Amino acid sequence: MTVNSVDTTYREAVREAIREALLGDERVFLMGEDVGHYGGCFAVSKGLLAEFGPERIRDTPLSELAFVGAGIGAALGGLRPIVEIMTVNFSLLALDPILNTAATLCHMSGGQFPVPVVIRMATGGGKQLAAQHSHSLEGWFAHIPGLVILVPATIDDARWMLGWALKRPDPVLIFENQTLYNRKGTLQETGAGNPLQARVRRSGRDITLLTYGASLYKALEAAEQIALKGIELEVLDLRALRPLDETTIMESIARTHRVLIVDEGWRSGGISAELSARVMERAFFELDAPVRRICTEEVPLPYAAQLELAALPQVSKIVAVAEQMVSKHG
Amino acid sequence: MSTDSSASQSPLPPAEISRDLLRQMLRVRRFEEECVPQYQAGKIRGFLHLYVGEEAVAVGVISQLQLKDAVVGTYREHGHALVRGVSARAIMAEMFGKQEGCARGRGGSMHLFDAATRFYGGNAIVGGGLPLAVGLALAEKELQRGGVAVCFFGEGAVAEGAFHESLNLASLWKLPVLFVCENNHYAMGTPERIELAGQGVCAKAEVHGVRARSVDGMDVAAVWQAAGAALAEARSGQPVLLECNTYRFRAHSMFDAELYRERSEVQAWERRDPVACFLARLESAGVVKKSEWEVWQQEVNAEIAAAVAYADAGTEEPAADLLRFVYAEEEAR
Repeated sequence: MTVNSVDTTYREAVREAIREALLGDERVFLMGEDVGHYGGCFAVSKGLLAEFGPERIRDTPLSELAFVGAGIGAALGGLRPIVEIMTVNFSLLALDPILNTAATLCHMSGGQFPVPVVIRMATGGGKQLAAQHSHSLEGWFAHIPGLVILVPATIDDARWMLGWALKRPDPVLIFENQTLYNRKGTLQETGAGNPLQARVRRSGRDITLLTYGASLYKALEAAEQIALKGIELEVLDLRALRPLDETTIMESIARTHRVLIVDEGWRSGGISAELSARVMERAFFELDAPVRRICTEEVPLPYAAQLELAALPQVSKIVAVAEQMVSKHG
Repeated sequence: MSTDSSASQSPLPPAEISRDLLRQMLRVRRFEEECVPQYQAGKIRGFLHLYVGEEAVAVGVISQLQLKDAVVGTYREHGHALVRGVSARAIMAEMFGKQEGCARGRGGSMHLFDAATRFYGGNAIVGGGLPLAVGLALAEKELQRGGVAVCFFGEGAVAEGAFHESLNLASLWKLPVLFVCENNHYAMGTPERIELAGQGVCAKAEVHGVRARSVDGMDVAAVWQAAGAALAEARSGQPVLLECNTYRFRAHSMFDAELYRERSEVQAWERRDPVACFLARLESAGVVKKSEWEVWQQEVNAEIAAAVAYADAGTEEPAADLLRFVYAEEEAR
């Protein structure tokens, strides 16, 4: 449905989502490193300090453990925090409150203390930031029961998922791939619908391609290229990594009978492994070919451009593997 | 047992309050003592950390709280929950793993929770409760409810980054939070002298702009007085740390052979037993009669016995309910 299409960017879409949340509920506030005076490391919150003041756009010291934990406490106390961790790389300093507190408290208290906190962070490589600033760990977090993991790839999802997340009584982690912030486009929708439902972003009869985040665009480009050779990829944008929308995935496989997973995380023990296992459990007899995966190579991401390109999933690789899948078994 | 109450120079609180402080300490002491045979009988499993010897801290501080205040505890928190108003039977049932427990048997000894009394655990990662309390205090401030978040932790937590980050935040944001360091001088088996450099816990708090003072944690009257003053400051937006010097009479947990401390050291602290010393003071001041004390003992024994019976009669949640509460069952408000 196209309603009131607007030229915007992913960055502006996230900002508008935050603005809307702040305007709509006085319990909502944003906190994190450099969200206020600096305007956000990726300029997402630029201008919000002037509009909403320092109590609702709250600059924090470099204390990920404490301010993530404080966000959880504030949520328990009745506020609706949006905690911004500058990037996923620094979330490692806050793993304890995320896993041992946010994810456990509702269950461990017998349902008495749900934790309605939203934690946003930038994720992903591809900008020559080297090994300590290029992680894709959203699949790791998806391992943890008690969390909801959202991975908005599109401008619409950047715009609408946050409001949905803030209405949830559970901790929701939103991973924004850092290569997407400059992406331009138009808003097509007026709400997130159900972000826990995967979406078919391109229909095709030959291979179901499961992906999320920035890899979605590599997948779509690969699909365009390979369509010229008569191979049609059905590209699914997972949108949420926990819970996984098995229904949409299995429906697509029932049409295509082949599965290719593209994930910017590492292969071993990653979300691609989980997806593959679920396909085996539920759609084994639908398959005409083995499940294939294209993941980041098992290496700390290097700085040098050609090495980083070789490490990350690329369009050419997707095309090559998809061709193999069809020619070998087609 | 002979007692040494010479250190107790603190003024006595008013008679009714003094009596209640003593009675609350008795409840905690008896509850903890009862846990031992229940553990030995296999009714309580997992880790069990007893608070015997440290009762004056929880009782002195929590007796000063208002209903609107929030409490964050550690894994040695039965006494805090009890004094805060969680029933002995709900705590015992929790430790028995029964669904009548204060966390439906999902938490056990280390994870007691109670929304009605704003008791936020029961946190078993050392230092993990501190940022939580900072956030609860932030909510009090922003929502202008006037409550204080009180966070209990041991001196072992002072070596954690969470301590320093949390005190820095509380100070920067002028939050209504009271940090209560229960300094029992051992981080499990590691003595304070080889875990903390510098000039002690209070000095570490003060570098973050948090006001700090040390109090005799074996003297419930002293803790009560200090907590009252500290809470008034905290309520006005000045975070305060109260270091309560105390001692754990029993082992760290039921798995601890206590190889790291001399029996003579334990005995020296036992002569300062917070319950026995305060009883002696109140008796000599004529605030409590021996006959009353005996009646209280009977009443508390009956309360604990009833708690055990309740826990014994409690029901097991069916395994079919295993996955309940991983996510909230109610929509957010």
